[in-house]
Formats: sequence, structure tokens, C-alpha cells
Amino acid sequence: MVIILGETVITVDNVGMEFNLSQEKIDSLKEYFIKFLKRELHFQPFWALKNVSMMVEKGDRVGLVGLNGAGKSTLLKLISGVMKPTEGQITVKGRLSPLLALGAGFDPSYTGRENIFLYGSLMGHSKRFIESKFDEIVEFSEIGDFIDVPLKNYSSGMGARLAFSIATAVQPEILILDEVLSVGDAKFQEKSRQKMNSLMEGDVTILFVSHSTDQVRKICDKAVWLHHGKLIDQGPVDEICDSYEKFMQLKE
Amino acid sequence: MNFNKYRYLLNQLVKRDIKLKYRRSVLGIFWSFLEPLGSMIVLTIVFSTLFNRIENFPVYYLTGMLAYQFFAGGTNAAMRSMVGNASILKTIYIPKYLYSLSAIISNFVTFLLSLIVLFMVMAVTNVNFTMYIIFASLPILALLLLTIGAGLIMATVNVFFRDMQYLYGIFLMMLMYLTPIFYPAEIVPESFRFIQDYNPLFAIIQCCRSSFLYGTLYNMQDLLFAMGSGVVALVIGIFIFYKYQDRFILYV
Repeated sequence: MVIILGETVITVDNVGMEFNLSQEKIDSLKEYFIKFLKRELHFQPFWALKNVSMMVEKGDRVGLVGLNGAGKSTLLKLISGVMKPTEGQITVKGRLSPLLALGAGFDPSYTGRENIFLYGSLMGHSKRFIESKFDEIVEFSEIGDFIDVPLKNYSSGMGARLAFSIATAVQPEILILDEVLSVGDAKFQEKSRQKMNSLMEGDVTILFVSHSTDQVRKICDKAVWLHHGKLIDQGPVDEICDSYEKFMQLKE
Repeated sequence: MNFNKYRYLLNQLVKRDIKLKYRRSVLGIFWSFLEPLGSMIVLTIVFSTLFNRIENFPVYYLTGMLAYQFFAGGTNAAMRSMVGNASILKTIYIPKYLYSLSAIISNFVTFLLSLIVLFMVMAVTNVNFTMYIIFASLPILALLLLTIGAGLIMATVNVFFRDMQYLYGIFLMMLMYLTPIFYPAEIVPESFRFIQDYNPLFAIIQCCRSSFLYGTLYNMQDLLFAMGSGVVALVIGIFIFYKYQDRFILYV
């Protein structure tokens, strides 16, 4: 009997995600017809996730551990709604803040100012909200006078700093992280680390993917271990990380 | 649909399309006027003596060309909107129809601006401004519905078969020559007139010509056919798009 203390914010119910790995990529109509007529349309079904069920309660800090290709990032993408599962259901209560691939919505010919509004709106913020956070974003990103310069003339560090500042301008309810974010030079990295720490304070719910069990132990209180798309175990972070590390040593 | 939540984002995406189109050009948005004006002058010089039975060739040509250009530009932009925004599609969840819709709306804004050129040319060529001009809003609405519907269909198809971009270019060229835009409808032999009868774009153009050029009420049958085609295209477009949109991400 499981006793649920907090409110459940994320439910992953028996979720499976299938990809069709065609041996050769077919993306022309002619090719498709020829292969179809020759009955050469071989698709190799590949389940990136299969029968995965988990629950995340409000305030949980869940770390996802597993090898490359275990399905960790796929699971994050499913939870953030970017992909729909082939099987099963996912329900999320509360506002998600996925900090994945920062700056994906930036337009290089747009100025910094315009990009703040564009990227902010892509993250689902209203005009009023972005305006109220505007000064804070500009100040935190330290881009100064470059705010009215097109992004394509920025150094790569400046673009990353701006993206980080916009993405972290809002106090999230559910934070989704793929590795710890640190951008820019040493000074800014320290600043962004502090900002991340402040975001993780309070009763924010965290989903965190990392290769390093050290980081997972530091940030999370629960962990989920995925292996080849299957959920091996879930529970308190130390327990899961211990058995995962043992498994890794055995493999070597 | 929770359209309201994404209104600001749609606004931003439309603005981006329009801004970037004319960025770094000296005359900027004025090209929305100058482009149709330029093409009208060229075509008038080339064809007005050849088709001298057309009264007021400049206005005849502009009504047809502006409607065609909106349809072609809108559907083309919608078709490319999924693949073009692939990087955002893969990282942030946003209803995907917004990308297609914003591409069409930005073309629609350009279309509305270019109507100013039409009015200017009408004034210069002594066309009577009648109250029937207001009636043009109905065929224009039909044109918008038709473009959104066709755009959603093309966006879906293009995700799975990139060949569509090239095929559709050829189709649009065919459409331009099959639709009496710069030649009188009567020069087409009787046995091929059915092409005009089943061409919703031509029905729309005829309604517009009645309203703008001839100052009469349009043929109701034309309007009904145009409206009906627009609604049917929209319904099919929404149906297909919603049916396949969850698989887009695996193919873009």
C-alpha cells in the first residue's frame, strides 16, 4: 500500500514510445511508392520506452539515471509535451519550465530586445509579464548596449547568457533539466549556478537528467533508473544510485 | 485549443515574419505597395494591347494577382512552417498550428496593405468607388479560409514528403496560368471552361472584380462556391493536421 503524501503533479501511466527506424530514410514520394510496390518498406520498430510508470509529487526532486540511450531524454520530452507517447498516458498539473536546448527559439536577425519578447512568448509568457521582467533579464545577462544589436553579431557566450536569463526569469513550478546548466565564462557560470540554486529552493518540483550520480545525489531526493527503455527501479536517491553504480561496476 | 493563451505568441510570430521580410531593405514595408505596382506596370505594358478587350487592364490584373499572390504565398509559407521551425518544434511545446497560421496571417497582412495600391490605381484609372467594395469582404474571407485549409494540408504533407515543395511550386505555376488573372476568361476554349468553373480561386477573383472594378453585386453562385470550397478546405485541413500532428516531430 502506497501512501501518497503530497499532491501528485506528474503521472506517467504505462507509457511506451515507439520509433520507426527505417533502415534507409525515405522522404520522397517516388522512393516511397517504389519501395511500397516492391514491398520493401521495412520498418524496424524500436521502443525507446516501454511500460514506464511513475508518479511525481509536489516538491519531489527526481533524478533520472541510466546509460546513453536508456530513454531519459525521451521521457523528459514526453513529459514536457514535445512528443506524444505511443502508448499510455501522461498527466501534468502545474506550469512546466523545461530548460532544454536553451535559445532554440532565437531568431538570429532579431535584436536582443526583440528576441526577449519572441523567446518569452514561445515559453508561454504574456506581454505584460515579459515587460515586467525585461530589465531584470537584461541586467542579469550582462549584455548591456548589445540589447539593440542583432543576435547574429553576438558572441556565442552572449547569446547563451541571454537565453539563460530569459529561461530562468520565472520561478518555476515544475523544473525540467537536462544536465546542470552553466553558460558563459567562469564568472557568469558561478552566477548562473547561484541562479539555478535559487530556482531549486522552495517547494519546486524537479525532474533532472544527468550522467553523474554525484550531481543527482546532490540535487535530488528520489531517483528513477532507466535501462534500454525499461524502468528498472525507483525509490530514494541513495538506494537507486547505489544499485546503479554497482551495476555500472559489474559491467566494467 | 486554448487560443487565448497563445494570442500573444501568434502576434509575435506574425510580427517576426513581417519584420524579417523587409529588414535591411531601405524602403521596408513600402515594398508591399511597390511590388504589386511594379508588376502591374510591366504586365500592363506587355498585355494590355494584346488583350485590349479587357477594360481597365491595371485593375483587372491587380484584383486577380493580389488574390493569387496571397493564396500562393500563404500556402507556400504554411507548407514550409513545420520544417522551418523544426528546432523549436523539438524543444518547446506549442500548438503546431500556430506556426502555419502565423505564416498565413503575415501574408494576409501584406495582402491587406497591397489593397491600398489597388485603391490608388482605381482612383487613377477613374473607377467608380461604390458601396459594393464593402461586399468584397466576403470573397476575401472565403480566400482566407481556403488558404488556411490548403496551407494546413500542405504543411502536413510536406512533413512526410519533402518533394511536395517542388511539386507544389509547379502546381502554383499551373494555377496561375489556368486562372484568368492577366487574360480574359473568354479566350479559353469552351471545352476547357470547366477548369474555370471548378476553380474556387477564380470564383473569388470574379467576386472581387465585381466589387472593385465593375461596381456590381457579384454572382451569388460564385460566392457560394467560393465560401463552400473555403469551408471544406478548412475542415479537411484541420482534420488532416490534427490527425498527423503528433507524428510530425519524428519526421521534421
